[in-house]
Amino acid sequence: MSVITYRQALRETIRAEMHRDENVFLIGEEIGVFEGSYKITEGLLKEFGERRVRDTPIAEEGFVGAAVGAAMLGLRPVVELMTINFSLIAIDQIINHAAKIYGMFGGQNSVPMVIRTPGGGGQQLGATHSQNIELFYSFIPGLKVLAPSTPAEAASMMRAAIRDDDPVLFLENLGLYNSKGEVPEEDDTVAEIGRAAVTREGSDITLIGYSRMATVATRVAESLAEDGISVEVVDLRSLRPLDRETIVASVRKTGCAVVAEDDWLTYGIGAEIAASIQEGAFDFLDAPVRRVAMAEVPMPYAKPLETAALPSVDSITTAIHETLAAVGRRVG
Amino acid sequence: MTEIYMPRLSDTMEEGVISSWVKQVGEKVAPGDVLVEIETDKAVMEYEAYEEGYLVKQSVSEGDTVPIGSVIGVLGESADSSPEESGGGSAAPAPETAAPEAAAPAQESAQSGGGAEAPPAAPGGSSDGPRPRSSPLARRLAREYGLNIEEIDGSGPKGRVVRADIEAARGNGTAQAQAPQAPAARQPAAAAPAKGGPQDAYDDGRASEEVPLSQMRKVIARRLTQSKQEVPHFYLRRAIDAEALKAFRTDINARLAEDGVKISFNDLIVKAVATTLKRHPKVNSSWVDDKLLQHGRINVGVAVAVDEGLLVPVLHDTDKTTLSEIAANTRELAGRARDGKLKPQEMSGGTFSISNLGMFGVDSFSAVINPPEAAILAIGAMRQEAVVRDGEVAVRNTIALELSVDHRAVDGAVGAAFLKDLAETLEEPLRILV
Amino acid sequence: MAETAKSKGGGAKTSGGRKRGRKDSPSGIGAEPPKDLLDYYRQMLLIRRFEERTAQAYTQARIGGYCHLNLGEEATVVGLMTALQERDYLFTNYREHGYALGKGISSRRVMAELYGRTDGVSKGWGGSMHMFDTQVRLLGGYGIVGGQLPLATGAALAVTYKGGDEVVMCQMGDGTTNIGAWHESLNIAALWNLPVVYVVVNNYTGMGTTVERSSAEPELYKRGSAFRIEGERVDGQDVLAVRDAATDLVERARAEQRPFLLETMSHRMKGHSVVDPAKYRTEEQAEEAKGNDPLAAFERQLTEAGVLDDATKKEIADSVKDEVADAADFAENSPHPDVSTLFDYTYATPVANESTRMPADPVFAE
Repeated sequence: MSVITYRQALRETIRAEMHRDENVFLIGEEIGVFEGSYKITEGLLKEFGERRVRDTPIAEEGFVGAAVGAAMLGLRPVVELMTINFSLIAIDQIINHAAKIYGMFGGQNSVPMVIRTPGGGGQQLGATHSQNIELFYSFIPGLKVLAPSTPAEAASMMRAAIRDDDPVLFLENLGLYNSKGEVPEEDDTVAEIGRAAVTREGSDITLIGYSRMATVATRVAESLAEDGISVEVVDLRSLRPLDRETIVASVRKTGCAVVAEDDWLTYGIGAEIAASIQEGAFDFLDAPVRRVAMAEVPMPYAKPLETAALPSVDSITTAIHETLAAVGRRVG
Repeated sequence: MTEIYMPRLSDTMEEGVISSWVKQVGEKVAPGDVLVEIETDKAVMEYEAYEEGYLVKQSVSEGDTVPIGSVIGVLGESADSSPEESGGGSAAPAPETAAPEAAAPAQESAQSGGGAEAPPAAPGGSSDGPRPRSSPLARRLAREYGLNIEEIDGSGPKGRVVRADIEAARGNGTAQAQAPQAPAARQPAAAAPAKGGPQDAYDDGRASEEVPLSQMRKVIARRLTQSKQEVPHFYLRRAIDAEALKAFRTDINARLAEDGVKISFNDLIVKAVATTLKRHPKVNSSWVDDKLLQHGRINVGVAVAVDEGLLVPVLHDTDKTTLSEIAANTRELAGRARDGKLKPQEMSGGTFSISNLGMFGVDSFSAVINPPEAAILAIGAMRQEAVVRDGEVAVRNTIALELSVDHRAVDGAVGAAFLKDLAETLEEPLRILV
Repeated sequence: MAETAKSKGGGAKTSGGRKRGRKDSPSGIGAEPPKDLLDYYRQMLLIRRFEERTAQAYTQARIGGYCHLNLGEEATVVGLMTALQERDYLFTNYREHGYALGKGISSRRVMAELYGRTDGVSKGWGGSMHMFDTQVRLLGGYGIVGGQLPLATGAALAVTYKGGDEVVMCQMGDGTTNIGAWHESLNIAALWNLPVVYVVVNNYTGMGTTVERSSAEPELYKRGSAFRIEGERVDGQDVLAVRDAATDLVERARAEQRPFLLETMSHRMKGHSVVDPAKYRTEEQAEEAKGNDPLAAFERQLTEAGVLDDATKKEIADSVKDEVADAADFAENSPHPDVSTLFDYTYATPVANESTRMPADPVFAE
């Protein structure tokens, strides 16, 4: 075991995969000479050269679509979109092409590619650079959407994504890049796509999150444990396919749930989770499913406004207290 | 809305007891799901749903008896469909008329939110009131624990009953726990005390205690009383020399041992009866509603003692069934009879019955006819007797047979000829197979 | 790269067509092997009859959805497809039945796809706009205008990545030159020296909007000049001119490992799709389209040159008629896809928790 950052885990995994498979190559803006906006691809141009690490013009539709075309001929492109906000420029290529080619042509041609992109907010980046729109991609059959929350998962899920024959949207998070965690040495674990994980067992309430929110959820659970509240944390890990069974099994045990999401509430990922819970655990619900989500505004720049708009340890803790109070377990 | 009626689950069934509800109010029901267990006169039967929907009402409580065709429950299109529109079925208990006082407090708290004055009770009774708030989990647990959720104060937001309230009520509140039974117990129509309920001791100087009657016991009492009162019995007795039968059985079992077949004396007698009935069709008959029916099929019933009484599974087309099949079928049916798992069709359609108490060492006895059949054969134990044979006394194994006959259907000579033929068949056992 | 940066028109030139700068067609015909000429003629006639049969089947409700025909583009289609080697890749837009035939897919399988049957090129999953066959390297008809440009560009990138010598041809309509993907793709292709030939089939109209009303530079072959991509315009009604111009650019792309742009000029004989009566056209425009029938013109040329006599003409006509009838018959008798195959092509790699619920199914089965 070694303790490394989420960033290092991604970089090392990508590097190892490039050594493993000649068809794996990187493509994106500022990934080579600049070594990546968030330095995930640091040193890789020097190591692999321009053929394998290809800087692109600022043309998201063009280079994402080119990656799709290259994947159709058997390459395994790993695309970096600088942030998920810029994926909107490439969304036609992701949704109308990457996600459709396998099915639309009767299974003749798969599209083995990974689109890496960070979401996140809270960095005072203003309205267009603080969105979490992974929902758009999670909505689309034909895509797989992964959202790792720890360095170890970032590694095992990146391996799975690169080796998978379908287009995978790989959601990273600006707030996680520097987070640290244990990753096994010589790790070659390949995560199973489509599986959520109970990352902390508990009996009083189920707290569901993914990506950065899964780590916040763990902090909340640890803090509440000191007050004698037993929180079970479910990390979704895979937004599509969605592992409803794991969510529902947990809620059937605890009887109530809070969803923490870094996106807007209305029509958001939490809405799907809540709908799944009511369908799969109706007779086990002791209180309505509570969602903790971003305030429904374009994200402001000013720090107090931005902080207020984002879900936090405090807001999740409040939601848990209120939900537990509603089921007669008043604490704290 | 679809009404569920008390089904006819046996040919002699006239009323049934709700043994237990398998589906609870609010539960989804799919065709083929077991809705309810019904105790008929013969067995506890599972009754399945034919249509899908949600059980929105249990019109008859567990332990209560209603005639065939009475509404016992209602299926709706959704879990919370109101059963009101289709309520008021003929024999459906009407909780409105017996509005239990116990329901009042819950109604108050639900309607007034704990206000100082309780509003006047609505004429429609509790079922018309607004549903108190409760979580799905609380509702499910209340069902499981048999608690009436309407009587439990909710501690959640706006009085919502939550799991904690149910657990608390279960822990301390016996009154609440029994509340759902109360309306049923107060029904004047519910003559029989609820099964397993507390029984009053009878002060008759004999330290008597009333034993709760099973549906089967009630049926036995009614039908055998009817038989003895209405059916003019006469009895024909004859002992048979069972030496040949014994040897035949030993021989046949030795030959079939490899196949795992074991034939009992009873099996041999069942087969012999069927074979003989074929030659005496008049005995294979029934007196029903002043009509004499002669049956084309020979279906021999075999009385089986079970915990709560007596059941008579029927071996259909016994004359066409081989001995080894009779042996296997009888064992299988008797086993299921003891487990209460006989299907109605396995207890109906008999044309002749056999009752064997030989295993209890009974020499001979007179059996009561199983209506509407015309005769029943009582079989005693095999015993060694001193018999005069060819002018000399010899020790022989014998079996005493006694035939009870319905004189309306069968006259003495006809019955006697049958018994003679049967006895001779048993004494020359190869004829059993002819 | 410097030598491609010509000062005038970004290296664009025209050949054949209206500004006929090429050698006269009749003398050209005289130099061609008659067998080839008759083969082109038969291919053009097949497209014509196939599309007519398609329109008929559409009205008979045997074909659903959108349906765009290659009527009037027969010379362009056959000329372009003749220029490609078997190993070359083709990406097209949604007006692609003729290209599918020209790239070597049987008329039976193209028609079966239009009918939505299991024997269709895309097994009934694509329909008119989404023909695809990995065998003949037709990598898709695409329904989103401009969607195929980045894909074709990426395919060319894969070719260079692997060190192959295939060329990618990317066909599109005139309206496509205005969309962002056009600019992004041509820029990338030129920057990375990719062997791709972009072909703009200019039929003067994008749906109902003329080129002049949609493109500030209506001479579309010049629009590559912003990326220093050589462009050429050719008479799309002249199969030999198209073949020659396309062959030239395809082979240069192969040899020089850089992109080229070809604009073909032809008329759309009917509406934008089978359901479009094209009322927005003036009578003159409609007459002009009718008068510019490439099939009739080629037939006349071949007859004048003595290549096509009445007997051969009838023989070819009969053979094409039979083939189209056979294709329709085959399509009609090909099985519909079974509903049980509905979830067969969502993912290439099987995945946990993939949803296979039908519309009325609950998310959680009891």
